Amino acid sequence: MPHDDHNHPHALLPPEPALRVKALETILTRKGLIDPAALNEIIDTYQNKIGPQNGARVVAKAWTDPAFRQALVEDATSVVADLGYYGRQGEHMVVVENTPEQHNMVVCTLCSCYPWPLLGIPPGWYKSDAYRARAVREPRKVLADFGVALPQDTAVRVWDSTAEIRYLVLPMRPAGTDGLGEDELAALVTRDSMIGTGLPKVPA
Amino acid sequence: MTRVHDMGGRFGDGPVTPEPEEGPVFAEDWHGRALAITLAAGALGQWNIDTSRHTRERLSPKDYARFSYYEKWVSGLADLLVEKGVLTVEDLTNGGDDALHPLASRALKAKSVSAALASGGPADRPSDVPVKFEVGQKVRTLHPAANRLVDGGHTRLPVYAAGAEGHILRLHGTHVLPDSSAHGLGEAPEPLYAVVFPASQLWADPEHPNDEVVLDLWQSYLEAQ
Repeated sequence: MPHDDHNHPHALLPPEPALRVKALETILTRKGLIDPAALNEIIDTYQNKIGPQNGARVVAKAWTDPAFRQALVEDATSVVADLGYYGRQGEHMVVVENTPEQHNMVVCTLCSCYPWPLLGIPPGWYKSDAYRARAVREPRKVLADFGVALPQDTAVRVWDSTAEIRYLVLPMRPAGTDGLGEDELAALVTRDSMIGTGLPKVPA
Repeated sequence: MTRVHDMGGRFGDGPVTPEPEEGPVFAEDWHGRALAITLAAGALGQWNIDTSRHTRERLSPKDYARFSYYEKWVSGLADLLVEKGVLTVEDLTNGGDDALHPLASRALKAKSVSAALASGGPADRPSDVPVKFEVGQKVRTLHPAANRLVDGGHTRLPVYAAGAEGHILRLHGTHVLPDSSAHGLGEAPEPLYAVVFPASQLWADPEHPNDEVVLDLWQSYLEAQ
């Protein structure tokens, strides 16, 4: 049975959130249950090593290599793992491709599921009540909050991440990028374009 | 009924506020600490991801609404540590002691972090539950949305998608069933599908006639149409 005890233990810790975290860290460290050096390592990993630059590489490669693109939309998990992108919150990947007829957008209405190995830790708005509540019901109004307007006849398909499958949007390659190589293309791929709340940058 | 976290489709939350792409990963230092403590405590092996999600969902609706994101994480973690007997109420009250904990040998070490994050925790498992639906087949979700094993328990069928008609888009294989796994009732793996619903099945006033919503749903959430 779920415990619906209203004397939740967390209320015993200091109410101010930074102090609450500090208090719990201290208790766990004193008992040898966590190693502060391991915490630093986790923070460093997501602050400096894993982020949307990973997803951008995948998108740029898909834009330049049709066989890779095909393999990616058929079996993303193994294809991105071959590039070294696998791990926590990216164990089961699916890549969904935008077309002129259909725009894809990813949300997690129940919590904050997000493809960490390809995009890192989700931005605050992705975890906000407003995004979680509205993305499934009024995706165009949410896109308007991001300054994005889709053509009238483009349909929107919203992916609600309710299981352990993680979704990455493959945006359409912008016009005027014919001569560009993978590195230059990757620089055009934004985090939001891989969530579906943005579009790639257009070359200056 | 589900719980306060189940907010898909809700009205009244106001605008989404985008953030710059180059903004900090953790807006406050304690956000990163909260995430890291949660991951490191998970490595003690006393619960699974479904239990830990359900603990956050069981925050009272008042706390859930007023807590910021990482406040929910750290508060859920404190509750879970006590529920699972890793810490006591006295530990939280008086700051604990320096006696080595029986689980200390399992503590995540800095040198193991990179391997632990890189290996992840896949949720697919072999299952002898036969696959019941094929791609393209029409299905309807159960109504009401609720855990059928535990009253008030964890489920991943959102209220907004209960009783809706859609069709199977993709079979993801067989995955751990959160409704069972969150409550220590076993992993109970079964087929998991991506199911696509016309927006008109879900909303009174959809934005566009061809809009769709896709959810990942377990076989036991679905009935043939």
